[in-house]
Amino acid sequence: MLIIGLVVAALAGLAYVRFLFERRDPIRYAVSSVVAVGGAAVTPIAMGRCGFAPETSGVDHLMAYGLMAAGAAVALVVLRSVFDRQDGVSDDSEAFAGEIRSGGYRMGWWVPWVLLAPTLAILIIFLYTPAVQTFTLSTRLTRLGAPRSVDVCLGNFSELLIASPFRLVAYPLLAIGLVYGARFWRTRTSFATWPRRAADVAAIVAMLSVFVALYAMFSPGGGGNVDFRSVYLTTVIISVGIVVVGMSLGLAIAYLAYRSLRGGSVYRTLLIWPYAISPAVAGVLFFMIFDPTAGIFTHTMDTWFGIDVPNYRESTFLAQTAIILASSWKILGYNILFYLAGFQAVSLDQVEAAVIDGASPWQRFLKVVWPGLSPITFFLLVTNLTYAFFEIYATIEFMTRGAPAGDTSVAIYEIIRVGVNNGDLGRGAAQSVLLFIAVIGITLWQFRTSGRRVTYGGA
Amino acid sequence: MMGFNPGVKKRTWLRGRNWPYHVALVATALGIAFPLLYATLIATQNNTEIFAFQMRPGSALVSNFESVWVNRDFAGAMWNSTQQALYVTTGKTILSLMAGLAFVYFKFRGKWLVFFLVLVTLMMPTEVMILAMFRLVSGFGWQDTMASIVVPFLASATGAFLFRQHFSNMPVELLEASQIDGATPVKFLTRVLIPLSWNVIAALFVIQFVYTWNMFLWPSLIIRDESAQVTQVALQTLTNIDGALTYGPLMLAAIIASIPPAVVFLLMQKPFMSGFALGQDK
Repeated sequence: MLIIGLVVAALAGLAYVRFLFERRDPIRYAVSSVVAVGGAAVTPIAMGRCGFAPETSGVDHLMAYGLMAAGAAVALVVLRSVFDRQDGVSDDSEAFAGEIRSGGYRMGWWVPWVLLAPTLAILIIFLYTPAVQTFTLSTRLTRLGAPRSVDVCLGNFSELLIASPFRLVAYPLLAIGLVYGARFWRTRTSFATWPRRAADVAAIVAMLSVFVALYAMFSPGGGGNVDFRSVYLTTVIISVGIVVVGMSLGLAIAYLAYRSLRGGSVYRTLLIWPYAISPAVAGVLFFMIFDPTAGIFTHTMDTWFGIDVPNYRESTFLAQTAIILASSWKILGYNILFYLAGFQAVSLDQVEAAVIDGASPWQRFLKVVWPGLSPITFFLLVTNLTYAFFEIYATIEFMTRGAPAGDTSVAIYEIIRVGVNNGDLGRGAAQSVLLFIAVIGITLWQFRTSGRRVTYGGA
Repeated sequence: MMGFNPGVKKRTWLRGRNWPYHVALVATALGIAFPLLYATLIATQNNTEIFAFQMRPGSALVSNFESVWVNRDFAGAMWNSTQQALYVTTGKTILSLMAGLAFVYFKFRGKWLVFFLVLVTLMMPTEVMILAMFRLVSGFGWQDTMASIVVPFLASATGAFLFRQHFSNMPVELLEASQIDGATPVKFLTRVLIPLSWNVIAALFVIQFVYTWNMFLWPSLIIRDESAQVTQVALQTLTNIDGALTYGPLMLAAIIASIPPAVVFLLMQKPFMSGFALGQDK
């Protein structure tokens, strides 16, 4: 079975040269297929081919093939930069060296290394080492503090997924098909017609189908498996909630402040100070507000409106809403700060031109201001997502501790619960790896998009 | 006020009637401040007053302060956090300055590899590898030490790139002039680059101080000894005093814990704002 994977990798290497490069010669074909096979072979060798062992399930085989494909893909992408440099099409090498006037000092070769040594040492010891160890831990069953561990290959991961290899392949393919289908349909329509609008809606639905496909791929629990669907769903609901509430409020308040104050630093300070507040303190403050017996919220709802609010820690909806509110409040100052800076960059002349053309305030915002804000919006989207993934751990710890029944236990909270509180390092590490993949995906998407569409004018 | 900037072209669409906006802004500012104002009120009250929903300051501020500051030694936690934040911000600034200097003013083999190694760490948040890091740092025998909450955070891609970008925007003549004067790289850094970088240094200081001071997850794992604990985690021990929920002391502690980062942020707002435009990495 391993052989099949390697043969496919070799063919992929040939196809890569055939379809992506202008200059093709036998050496390139050979190099490319060898590199692809090498990349594909990395994970099976590192893991002792355990993914293909006869006693493992179809899901394990599938994941082992997936790892081979990922290894081959990374190897081919690296190869591409080499070929591109040969062909002289890429300016990658200069971009990497980074400097317009790199160098200047001609001193001993060791001087820059001495300057960089402390930074490199810390990054390697405290970032790269634990990153690699996270991957090795994720293939083992090991208790916190116990010296012995058992190699379980991909078992920690297959626990998190559904048991059917067929559906594990079909769902993502279906979702990707929908995304590209909608994109293709959009290219066949023309601007400002109803098919275009329908295609736009279809594109959004297709994007959502990716989230649905992921949901369907994760294990619903039962049969000794983890209920990872609920972790995924909780993480998505709370992150999306924080991003939507925090960013839209931030934008609205910044727009309000920008219009009337123009440099009034007192207002600005009064609006952005929660930046300095910690997620833990945000949790404490909202813990007080929403407290079922002593909190002002429950009391006011009861005495003013006669509404008997149940204990928020016992209701999924209320608990998630409370976490979203507390976290959005904390990140609000940050969002206002950046949107205020973003408004400074919007061309006043364009806005003025829109005013002269008789655009309504709403049109003015939608057609002139909002597009000008897209770099900031995009930047904030990524930082808010990072915040929602990691920083809210402390907020949850103070407000709900994952209650009710894990419905506010987002991925990072679950990782600590499994890995530290239950002392199950291997399973915790496997969940960490999935979160890692999500972060890498978001970052790569940011790099790609910020290179293409978004312009950070000057800054 | 209106005619204060005679040179600036009047933007009439920005003016109009301003007072509704001011009313809305004051209301918004109050709304944002509400959780803190409410906590301040609670911080002065004892449990009886809190459960009576008394809406004026209570009688227990002094006793709340005593139970936080003296009985629970919150002062010790504040001192630990202060040390941690100052070590991390100072260390990170120095290391980032050195890395920026090497990236911009030196040419050496393997530079692209180093650059790549640093760049990739932008997508490696500590939190995703926290279990392995916990095992690693525990293996060093660093539990309950200051080193465990300082050393791993001394280097960052954000800082290195911030200075790299700042230095590469500086005129070439600076380096040429200082080379003619025979200045060593260290002298060039301390006499020329640093005096020209105070805004960036201040911005990095604010970001790092707030980040370090507000750290919760990592210290909560690696520090188990209460006397070595930092403020954010020490708050947790205050949720329960003598077996009862004690709201007043907890709120007071939360407010006290927020004072240092708030003061740093407010005092250094100006350089922070001007330096931040450069540092949108993270």
